[in-house]
Amino acid sequence: MDIQLLTYLLVGASFALYIGIAIWARAGSTSEFYVAGGGIPPVANGMATAADWMSAASWISMAGIISFAGYDGSVYLMGWTGGYVLLALCLAPYLRKFGKFTVPDFIGDRYYSQTARTIAVVCAIFVSFTYVAGQMRGVGVVFSRFLEVPVNTGVIIGMVIVFFYAVLGGMKGITYTQVAQYCVLIFAFMVPAIFISLLMTGNPIPQIGFGGQVSGGEGYLLDKLDGLSTELGFAQYTEGTKPMIDVFFITAALMVGTAGLPHVIVRFFTVPSVAGARRSAGWALIFIAILYTTAPAVAVFARVNMINTINGEDSAGALYSEAPSWIKSWETTGLISWEDKNGDGRMFYAADERNEMKIDRDIMVLANPEIAQLPNWVIALVAAGGLAAALSTAAGLLLVISTSVSHDLLKRNLMPNITDKQELLFARMSAAVAVVVAGYLGINPPGFVAQVVAFAFGLAASSFFPAIILGIFHKRMNKEGALSGMIVGITFTAAYIIYFKFINPAANIPDNWFLGISPEGIGTLGMILNFVVAFAVHKVTGDAPDDVQDVVESIRYPKGAGEASAH
Amino acid sequence: MSFETKEHAKQYWKENLRIMLTLLAVWFAVSYGAGILLVDALNEIRLFGFKLGFWFAQQGSIYTFIVLIFVYVRKMNALDRKYNVHED
Repeated sequence: MDIQLLTYLLVGASFALYIGIAIWARAGSTSEFYVAGGGIPPVANGMATAADWMSAASWISMAGIISFAGYDGSVYLMGWTGGYVLLALCLAPYLRKFGKFTVPDFIGDRYYSQTARTIAVVCAIFVSFTYVAGQMRGVGVVFSRFLEVPVNTGVIIGMVIVFFYAVLGGMKGITYTQVAQYCVLIFAFMVPAIFISLLMTGNPIPQIGFGGQVSGGEGYLLDKLDGLSTELGFAQYTEGTKPMIDVFFITAALMVGTAGLPHVIVRFFTVPSVAGARRSAGWALIFIAILYTTAPAVAVFARVNMINTINGEDSAGALYSEAPSWIKSWETTGLISWEDKNGDGRMFYAADERNEMKIDRDIMVLANPEIAQLPNWVIALVAAGGLAAALSTAAGLLLVISTSVSHDLLKRNLMPNITDKQELLFARMSAAVAVVVAGYLGINPPGFVAQVVAFAFGLAASSFFPAIILGIFHKRMNKEGALSGMIVGITFTAAYIIYFKFINPAANIPDNWFLGISPEGIGTLGMILNFVVAFAVHKVTGDAPDDVQDVVESIRYPKGAGEASAH
Repeated sequence: MSFETKEHAKQYWKENLRIMLTLLAVWFAVSYGAGILLVDALNEIRLFGFKLGFWFAQQGSIYTFIVLIFVYVRKMNALDRKYNVHED
């Protein structure tokens, strides 16, 4: 069967599955819509959390980024997994015991302040929209490359699917769909990885294979890649080029940001108990780690393969006229291009003036099966996997947006007297509006999507994380302290990022950075500032009221945790 | 108050914090320690084809994170039972 037909079949079958699950798991109450009635078993919840967390960027771009960055790519691997340790140990069990629907709920109630709630809602909505625009774009790109429909049509098809199960099913529908999507995305990521690992190293486990010997040759694969890299004018693959302080701060900002992201935290409101919330974080990390430990292996395989294909085994450059078909088919998408500078008809890839290629990092995962000449059905699988990753994350984010509007903004702020039924209707309506806005952003992507990702993590790290940690571990912390901490943290982080990314991008070089910390890592400093300011202001303004302190006491042990509720 | 005495509540929280901080120390050591601050020194040591610092940064730290969470789950469940504050 040809690739096109196989792709349609696999993608069609996976979509039919998602819609079937959505109809089976409709939500009937706000509790089911917001937190799936708090009844999801920890293993299933872990799987859904993993699908929610691993976005189009993790699935399509991460291995490619690592492939080009080598050791420096470790910041994403450690940063996007280490946050789960913080979640499991410092946040999830306590927030579950607190038993509300959302992060702004916790901030607003713990700091007895509508202002705090409003700041939290605005941050939550901003962070979620930032993310969701990228997901819809990812859907469009996968459609256009693999199904050969225009990007815009692809985005609209994606919108219809997400609309269907997010608006209908709420958190309950989304969670069970995400379990299915996890299975699809992990299968689609692992199959090519295992094939390639076998081909290149003779070991079926990619995590071990990339530290093994080159099959049929002498020496270790990583040594070979280090050698190739140096020869071509790149830094050694296993050594970094970023300064250590920046690696440290970026990793910390990503870890703490992960633990502060509202769409991740809300997943721990959906399990039945405090013990379940702890365990669920562990399961989520196992399911995430399967992909995150494979990605660096894929990165190495893909890079060696790509260099060998383009430069030839003898490093003299391969003839363009004899180039494999994937180079030509990906040239039409603009992800790879060749300019014959020295007129010899041969391609060459290097870091210096010998270079004749432009290669987009996304190609490393998307074209990987073709580069390694894997069977057609494996190539078709990539489309289904990329779509599963993008759709599952988009749905989780849309839910946070709709919950923020219907629950935090309307029910808890502007219209406290609406009934559960009315609130559910508002939740569905805001989910519908959010889908349309996300689709619009996907079709007309603002030029700054890539830049604002740093923003999302920086804001989560410098606002939510300290406020929640202090709320749990410092029971006398008061609203004045928490509020001024959040405001200083956000303002500092936002100002730094806006200056270097938008106002004066030309100045965005290490020499101009404060202490050598890039905008990606500045959230860590914002977080530290937030803590310092909160402590200082608390010192001069007195303790939180006794009833609030009693509530904090009561979330510190599991007994008596009921279902998450609105009141 | 679900604890038998105020003293128990204090004791429980103290033990909880000790478990948490011990595990976080390991969390810091494998990622920021072995994967970043000491990476150059550890890269002198080889683990098959891997330089050890590189391996910690791209593999070892992630495996340790998983183990840490499950150790935490076990220890906390035991602690909850000891003070009789577990869920039914």
